[in-house]
Amino acid sequence: MNLDGRRITIILIVCVIAIIFVIRLFFLQVVNSTWKEQATALTEEEIPLYPPRGIIYDREGRMLVTNQTVYNLMVVPKKVQPFDTLSLCNLLRIQPSDITTLFAKAKARGEYHRPQLLVEQIAPADYAAISEQLYKFEGFFAESRTLRVYPQRAGALFLGDVGKISPGEYKANPYYTKQEYIGKSGIEKAYETELRGIKGIKYAFRDNVGNIKDQEGDKEDQAAIPGTDLICTMDADLQNYGEKLMQNKRGCIVAIEPSTGEILAMVSAPTYDPNLLVGRVRGHNFNVMTNDAQKPLFNRATQAQYRPGSIFKLAQSLTALSVGAITAQTRIHCNRGIIGCHGNHSYDDLEMAIVHSCNPYFREVMHRVVEGNRDPKSRFRDARLGLEIWQGYIQRFGFGTDLHCDIPSVKTGNVPGVEFYDKWYGKEQWAFSTIYSLSIGEGEMLVTPLQMCNMACVIANRGWYVAPHTVKQIGIGGKPREDFLVRYDLGIDTAHFTTVVNAMEKVLQPGGTAWRSALKDIVVCGKTGTVQNAGGKEDHAVFICFAPKDNPKIAIAVYTENAGFGGTWSAPVATLMIEKYLNDSIAKSSEAREKLIFDANFLDR
Amino acid sequence: MSSLGRQHPLANVDWLTVIVYGALVIFGWMNIYSAAVVDTHPNPMDMSQEYGKQFLFILISSFLGLMVLYMEGEFFNKFAIYIYGLFILLLLLVLAIGTTVNGAKAWIQIGGFALQPAEFAKIGVGLMLAKYISNTKAKFNNWKTRLIAAVIIGVPALLILLQPDVGSLLTFVAFILALYREGLSGNVLIIGLGAIVFGVLSIITGFNKINYPFFGEQSGVFILMTIVFVIGLVFMLMIKNFVVPRNRKKLYLITILSTVAAIGFSFSVNFMIDKVLAKHQKTRIYVTLGLEEKEEDRSEMSGDAETAEAADIVIRSKNDDPGYNARMAKIAVGNGGFFGQGYMQGPMTKNKYVPERWTDFIFSVISEEWGFIGSLAVIGLFVFLIVRLINMAERQRSQFSRVYGYCVASIFFLHLLINVGMVIGLAPIIGIPLPFMSYGGSSLIGFTLLLFIFLRLDAERLSVFR
Ligand SMILES: [Zn+2]
Repeated sequence: MNLDGRRITIILIVCVIAIIFVIRLFFLQVVNSTWKEQATALTEEEIPLYPPRGIIYDREGRMLVTNQTVYNLMVVPKKVQPFDTLSLCNLLRIQPSDITTLFAKAKARGEYHRPQLLVEQIAPADYAAISEQLYKFEGFFAESRTLRVYPQRAGALFLGDVGKISPGEYKANPYYTKQEYIGKSGIEKAYETELRGIKGIKYAFRDNVGNIKDQEGDKEDQAAIPGTDLICTMDADLQNYGEKLMQNKRGCIVAIEPSTGEILAMVSAPTYDPNLLVGRVRGHNFNVMTNDAQKPLFNRATQAQYRPGSIFKLAQSLTALSVGAITAQTRIHCNRGIIGCHGNHSYDDLEMAIVHSCNPYFREVMHRVVEGNRDPKSRFRDARLGLEIWQGYIQRFGFGTDLHCDIPSVKTGNVPGVEFYDKWYGKEQWAFSTIYSLSIGEGEMLVTPLQMCNMACVIANRGWYVAPHTVKQIGIGGKPREDFLVRYDLGIDTAHFTTVVNAMEKVLQPGGTAWRSALKDIVVCGKTGTVQNAGGKEDHAVFICFAPKDNPKIAIAVYTENAGFGGTWSAPVATLMIEKYLNDSIAKSSEAREKLIFDANFLDR
Repeated sequence: MSSLGRQHPLANVDWLTVIVYGALVIFGWMNIYSAAVVDTHPNPMDMSQEYGKQFLFILISSFLGLMVLYMEGEFFNKFAIYIYGLFILLLLLVLAIGTTVNGAKAWIQIGGFALQPAEFAKIGVGLMLAKYISNTKAKFNNWKTRLIAAVIIGVPALLILLQPDVGSLLTFVAFILALYREGLSGNVLIIGLGAIVFGVLSIITGFNKINYPFFGEQSGVFILMTIVFVIGLVFMLMIKNFVVPRNRKKLYLITILSTVAAIGFSFSVNFMIDKVLAKHQKTRIYVTLGLEEKEEDRSEMSGDAETAEAADIVIRSKNDDPGYNARMAKIAVGNGGFFGQGYMQGPMTKNKYVPERWTDFIFSVISEEWGFIGSLAVIGLFVFLIVRLINMAERQRSQFSRVYGYCVASIFFLHLLINVGMVIGLAPIIGIPLPFMSYGGSSLIGFTLLLFIFLRLDAERLSVFR
């Protein structure tokens, strides 16, 4: 048998196998990149470095929101070795069943090898004692986390809260991971981008059992950029005082510095300590407050929509003067046939009509604005043309808009116009007589207290406003957002304001509807209002004002729900706020009023 | 003795082979260090660590190799049968007093070290085969010769199967390649290879239970048997239609016999695994073939992975997924790229994803850290070594040396084939070492002796006719 060829055959077999291997290796290592991606996914861990969230100060530099480090006690069930259950439970103040339940849950979720949360938010003082013992318990470790704390315990809705990101927010913003925290309301939400800073990345290796190791590699870690501190527009003392005045009441106070649009205080009552919505108590308290009939989480200052009431007569006056429907000297009979009135007067001019809040006067004022004989052939068409002009003016005050403010989820209210009534009654099916209740601030018109306060600012400034906002400086010494440096001018002649301001001054003078609330040394201009509400309950007491008359420093709107007459219950609140803000103290002469307000309770009405 | 007179023992030694051997051993050691290094023990000669021990094994191997070179080649011819007998005894001994590691009773504990007789048994078989063939001038066309050769190979193979160490067992196929060179019919080679592939296929299909119509839940191997039966039928039909009548009878017979043999073989393989082997042996075989994982904590991992991140799923699946080791090895190899991640810098290696990284999977460490270039170099060195050994075997005047040389080359080839094939995903996970490179005293010393005995025989090629 000739066996010479067999050497070649064997060598060929060896070479063919080797070539197959080399080709396979070439495809694995050079051609196909998915293996490299898988390797990276397996071995590399990008650990996010969370920057500290920005601190929020009030306008005087008092700390309103800051961060506190707490510790979460974690356990990886799979890594746990037999341990002294009793001493661990004593140390952590938990029951042995807590551990077994947690382990069972982890097993059911298929997360036996992942860190599980055993005890949440241990205060630093408690943690010190725990950390000394913790090394004895294999598989247990602590993770630090920062929480928001509110040293002033005030301004909950103004400042807002921070909570776990919702699926919707997660989808909308690729910056976040599923476990992150995000501003949910107030400044925390509006200035989320500034406050959160920028996450850093620490590159690390993860080994086959999930241990994380520092990576000394070519990838450089990215340091986290801390959040920007904010100086907000709030005056913490004023806010605190406002909250105290509003205790045991439903309603709200909005105080704005007219020249800047800075919101000095924004109270929504009943209020709550913002620290209640932080950390381990958050979930429980959130549920309790959501179900509370008094709706403490509802920001009445920006989300409650009320009928404007008598106060709306101020905007009506200015509109009519500007349109030329009346002059300051126009007198109108108090004809109580169509619409009621109160008080002893019969033929007021504009100033006195405002002081007396004369309903027939303002019915006729609006009548002249809306039916201006622009279309002599049809009073229906005439009313359409007039209402359009009227609506345009009213919207300039900011009614029906979000005021360009920086407060999340504000309501816009409603300024009914042609479109609205066409839908309601049908085209050319309505005239002034159909819609006249608008003239005295009733009817389909809806406003928010913030809008009302803004109107007070407009009058205080004699014709313009700056969008109300909550943050004065982004970064200490910084500027507010650019849109808050812009004035919105209403295009109404400054002269027209004189009559209105004078009338408002008289409201707090003897004979005026709020004369009891007048201040000794500060000239306050105001207007009372009473807002009827459905359900047959007591009316809402409303008051807006600004002070001082010249060079105003503060404008205020106060709503006290179901309290009755605005002059009795809301005006004193407003003037006490002014006193507190401008004088920094409450005069002896005001103390009786203050006590009356403190003691009043309208919660059960 | 030779007319050329007594030469220096190291004269005529094939130094090129020694250099290749040295390169593989040193490179292997470097990569063992990379795979196993512990931060607290950075010294490569630290005896408490694998790399330190491997260094010791290298020293012992070098010493033993040199000793072999100084011995008389004649010794191995004369004492082949005793050496063979000694290793058979060791294989019997290991079954009696061996320690079980990973389910195989394959180790004899001597002091601090464990000896794996299977790694040495190949030397005995190689020498014994060479001795038998050269003494009897055996012709492989008669059944007696085939039978005796089969017994020489089969006895240690059976003992290894009883451990059971399927990996080592498979490397015994190497001897068929050597016998092929000595005249064993090529058909035997093909049938042998076919039997292995078919056997592995039978075990894999037999591992799964399938719910058959009418018969209920039965072993999946019946599907394989059915396929074989259908193929047999197809052949019969083809013979009937395309073959001239006078040849038909013979072909019918061959087809029927091979179909029956194949079905019987696959049945008996499964029968043996199911009924003859103990449970741990059975598990061991399944583990070897990647059908089962060693870790038993699978039950721990269940529930949905919806929220877990992608990488996390991979970690968890380690326990769910019988293909975990194979996939990790492949990812490591692929992660090497063209130039590699750099020595001591393979993320898959450093972070312990690669299983058995300093023993059976050392090649994936090399591939990850040295890239395609490194893998190519290692395969190149092995191919060079194997081809050189074959050519060296061919230049022997003595048939004993030639047969032994072929045995050595074939064993290295089989190890390369199975080990690298397993790492790069072309072969099932069968735990056998990569010669000279994998960590392990028994395998390094065994392969060194295997190679150096041949180098000794080769050095005397001009002076002896055996
Ligand atoms: Zn009147």
